[in-house]
Amino acid sequence: MSSHSADTDAPAILAEVNPAPVPRRVLVANHRDFHWITEKVCGIVESKTPLWWWWCFGVAAFVASFTVAGLTYLVATGVGVWGHANPVNWAWDIVNFVFWIGIGHAGTLISAILCLLRQKWRTSINRPAEAMTIFAVVCAAIFPVFHVGRIWFAVLPGFLFPFPNANGIWQNFRSPLEWDVFAVSTYGTVSVLFWYIGLIPDLGTMRDRFTAAGNLLKARIYGFFAMGWRGSNRAWSNYEMAYLILAGIATPLVLSVHTVVSFDFAVALIPGWHTTIFPPYFVAGAIFSGFGMVMTLMLPLRAIYRLEDLITQYHIDCMCKITLATGTMVGYAYSMEFFIAWYGANPFEGFTFINRAFGVYWWSYWIMVTCNVVTPQFFWFKKVRENTTLVWILCLFVNVGMWFERFVIIATSLARDFLPSSWGYYSPSIVEIFTFFGTFGVFSVLFLLFIRFVPVMPMSEIKAVIPQADPHGADHHHGAAALESQA
Amino acid sequence: MKKTYGIIAAFDTTPALYQACEKVRDAGYSRWDAITPFPIHGLDAAMGIRRSKVPRFSLAGGITGFCTGMTLIWWANAYEYPLIVGGKPYFSPMFAFPISYELTILFTAFATITGMFLVNLLPMHYHPVLKAPQFVRASDDRFYIVIEASDPKYHPAQTRGLLEQIGGQDIAEIEE
Repeated sequence: MSSHSADTDAPAILAEVNPAPVPRRVLVANHRDFHWITEKVCGIVESKTPLWWWWCFGVAAFVASFTVAGLTYLVATGVGVWGHANPVNWAWDIVNFVFWIGIGHAGTLISAILCLLRQKWRTSINRPAEAMTIFAVVCAAIFPVFHVGRIWFAVLPGFLFPFPNANGIWQNFRSPLEWDVFAVSTYGTVSVLFWYIGLIPDLGTMRDRFTAAGNLLKARIYGFFAMGWRGSNRAWSNYEMAYLILAGIATPLVLSVHTVVSFDFAVALIPGWHTTIFPPYFVAGAIFSGFGMVMTLMLPLRAIYRLEDLITQYHIDCMCKITLATGTMVGYAYSMEFFIAWYGANPFEGFTFINRAFGVYWWSYWIMVTCNVVTPQFFWFKKVRENTTLVWILCLFVNVGMWFERFVIIATSLARDFLPSSWGYYSPSIVEIFTFFGTFGVFSVLFLLFIRFVPVMPMSEIKAVIPQADPHGADHHHGAAALESQA
Repeated sequence: MKKTYGIIAAFDTTPALYQACEKVRDAGYSRWDAITPFPIHGLDAAMGIRRSKVPRFSLAGGITGFCTGMTLIWWANAYEYPLIVGGKPYFSPMFAFPISYELTILFTAFATITGMFLVNLLPMHYHPVLKAPQFVRASDDRFYIVIEASDPKYHPAQTRGLLEQIGGQDIAEIEE
């Protein structure tokens, strides 16, 4: 953008003040050059399919078949095969939906919010994180679509999408559930578009490499999706503007999506749901769970493909710190909910929270608190952050904890509402358990296909943040070199 | 003999390309381009490119999206089949806002991407530059300047001289 031209001549005041040089963090270790990045990232796609990939793919496909079987059985039989019954008519389906949607949010945070905040470390991890977002939205969408039982009603006019039904009546646009349809479908669509726009230059690189290698079929396929991208700076100028605008609109989008998801509960009058803290609390929780999942995926990927120079310890530190910050926010929200339940002097609200911690579902509450509030506190310690195995294990706990958070909110409030005569106890059926278990397979299948066929890292963005990319030569990166030699 | 599309010169480093672009700009060429594997900070100014027009598409898309949401909900709930829900007015911009907000974002995204494709003239699967044998490195680690033969200042010998003078390597003509 032309407004950046002023950075060649520094303000005169700098000579007087003589500020201490602030070293820039090294984002690609070991002084790697442009060509190394291309070879490393393209090499993953171009090399022969490794044996472990086939094993993982086989296992993932087997696990995914549980979802397929569970859903087929559900459609053939009816929603009664799930464990819902009065008073808990919303259970694992919405728990799983919110769980998966929340996971997606870290991808958008990395690609959009960190882009606006100029956090350059996002470049190495944004592609897989965005892929994670899309696949998580796919897994999330399964549940609301299938919980209607006769799924054709989810797409027929008059149910979800804005067309009148057979009686000519339209949707109730006052309902947060209808808002959710728009929020989630917009989120899915914009995530795919954002991801695809980011991919175009890298697909161009793949096309050129396959052309040079003489593999014309692959060159055609990648070339088709690269849209004839040729790295022209006149095109880059528009491309960067488009990317910036997409980041700018994806930021309010991601915040609004989980806000609307939280409205599904907050607008209802059920004790424990009807609170104004829900939108920020849900957004923080979503980002927390998403970073847990990003690291769950990224750390094995880094180890298998030896990507330590691209995903450095600095990247892991940053991700751990965001997990710590959002986990602590979630912990604050838990305590604030308790405080308001007492301070609000509403006996039903007060009972709900005592019941969550000490009632029939006490175990789920304490799993939630342990995993979400205690686990991230380990990330205060550098020794922990540097032990990638330990980080990975802690992230698994984060994933588990955030699933339980949604379970606690949904099941405990419904099972113990106003009248003791309508109380009940919900436990999932085996079909429900298998269906949810299988979504991890669906997610893994999609993610494995992604790392096999798509450049896993945005090469053009990583190249732009290494010192050699600086058009003003070596004067900027003395600090960076010094920092690295210290380390 | 085939028609010449233009003349291409290679540069090995980002600063070399940056300074060369400033000189080509100052020499008064208008139909030329830099081919780079990644967006270079400040190169737009060095080439004399004006601010992108993509935001205009985005703004139009956003306004359309917001109006679509409001109109759809008013039309459906207050005009086509007026329906009383909870004794509230048939239409209020308050309850219509969340959906209009999401549609603003959806339409902005589509308009931005459509706008980017339009102003960049993509998809364009055939382009003389794509055919050039040196092109494989343009999306990898090398930088190029292409000056088109259709530029009013283009002159085969003088343009080649300019590119040599500013440090261009492997200078070659590319065919249409």
